[in-house]
Amino acid sequence: MGAAASRFHFTHHDLDTATLRTALADPHCGGFVSFEGWVRDHNEGRRVTHLEYEAFETLAVREGERILREALERYPVARAGCVHRLGTLDIGAVAVWVGVSAPHRSEAFAACRYIIDEVKHRLPIWKKEYYADGDSGWVNCETCAATRAPHAVRHGRS
Amino acid sequence: MSTAVYGLVLSGGTSSRMQRDKAALAYAGRRQLERAMSLLERHVARAFVSVRTDQQADALRGQYPQIADTQSGLGPVAGILAAQAQHPGVAWLVLACDLPRLDDATLAHLLSARDPARTATAYRSSQNGLPEPLCAIYEPRSAALLLAHVAAGKPCPRKFLLGSDVKLLDQPAPGALDNVNTPEEYAAVSAGLQDSGASPARRITVQYYALLREQAGRREEPIETTAGSARELYLQLAHRHSFTLAAETLRVAINNEFCDWSSALRPGDVVVFIPPVAGG
Repeated sequence: MGAAASRFHFTHHDLDTATLRTALADPHCGGFVSFEGWVRDHNEGRRVTHLEYEAFETLAVREGERILREALERYPVARAGCVHRLGTLDIGAVAVWVGVSAPHRSEAFAACRYIIDEVKHRLPIWKKEYYADGDSGWVNCETCAATRAPHAVRHGRS
Repeated sequence: MSTAVYGLVLSGGTSSRMQRDKAALAYAGRRQLERAMSLLERHVARAFVSVRTDQQADALRGQYPQIADTQSGLGPVAGILAAQAQHPGVAWLVLACDLPRLDDATLAHLLSARDPARTATAYRSSQNGLPEPLCAIYEPRSAALLLAHVAAGKPCPRKFLLGSDVKLLDQPAPGALDNVNTPEEYAAVSAGLQDSGASPARRITVQYYALLREQAGRREEPIETTAGSARELYLQLAHRHSFTLAAETLRVAINNEFCDWSSALRPGDVVVFIPPVAGG
């Protein structure tokens, strides 16, 4: 267990989840849990046609590795990995993948949940939604100007 | 939910006792209008400088969004009335520009103790217990009352507050609202504030992502800055590029690590302002 068993990275290509899963195989493990975030065709009542992801990659990779290390310290799990897409994504594409292997299932579930929650809140990654009506917008950013601070909660530092 | 609070720094005074423009007086290397604006911008949704019409082209005041007086000869109340007329739906935190000892704690306490159901929220003077009209929050309801007060030939905002339904607070840092009107007072206060030191210009790089990249129209720019902190740099750039995101919604990173908004900037630093994130 430890940093060597964890890996966070970005890719501009479709995720090959079967290969990602194989990389977490471990003879000491009796369970594997993964989470996939998919591109949905709607958000807050609007039809979404596609997305674009952008990241401050250097800091996001550092912070992503930190989250994986935290998961390995907090839960008795063997291996953990996370991959996030960048660029243009169509509906149904896998935007983020998290996988955890552990001797027992409950820790694998808990660690997987921890990782995806922290990834969503802490990593400098931005999502631009393109809508069926031709409009587009940066998620969580377009209403910040008018209302002060309500989005600060999305920057949790836990 | 209570109404939004906008900020107004009054800079239109004639400074007759000081015999020079008070807004441009510098403490520890910073002109006090700039100091007052950077302080106020940390606490309100939008901040403006109140100016006389003949000051609109002035370089110091021109750095900021302005609201010009529509009446002359009324003193500070003209600025308050003009702001209320321009944005009638919001409460106004009104500040004199010549409060060199004003601090974040004093503004934060005023906002947290604010009672939107009253006409105004203000501090008691630490000298005579009277309301301090130029570090106070004027609720939207005060606009019609203030207008009537002035129309009755009474332009003094302190007397207006004395006769109104005002929530009065004790100052968390007594002396924070002492203003500076004469060259002698300036010399005394200036000597006391020198140790914080002026910030010399440094050459840094700012990188932009997502909404800020689009609004700045670039991914990166070299900046020569005298900003004392990352927050001050953001406020300057937000003005230059018309950023719509309030500093409170962002985080900041210097040289690829998250850091505090109060962090100082060193030559060669790479600064990234981080809009609200949306990974996953």
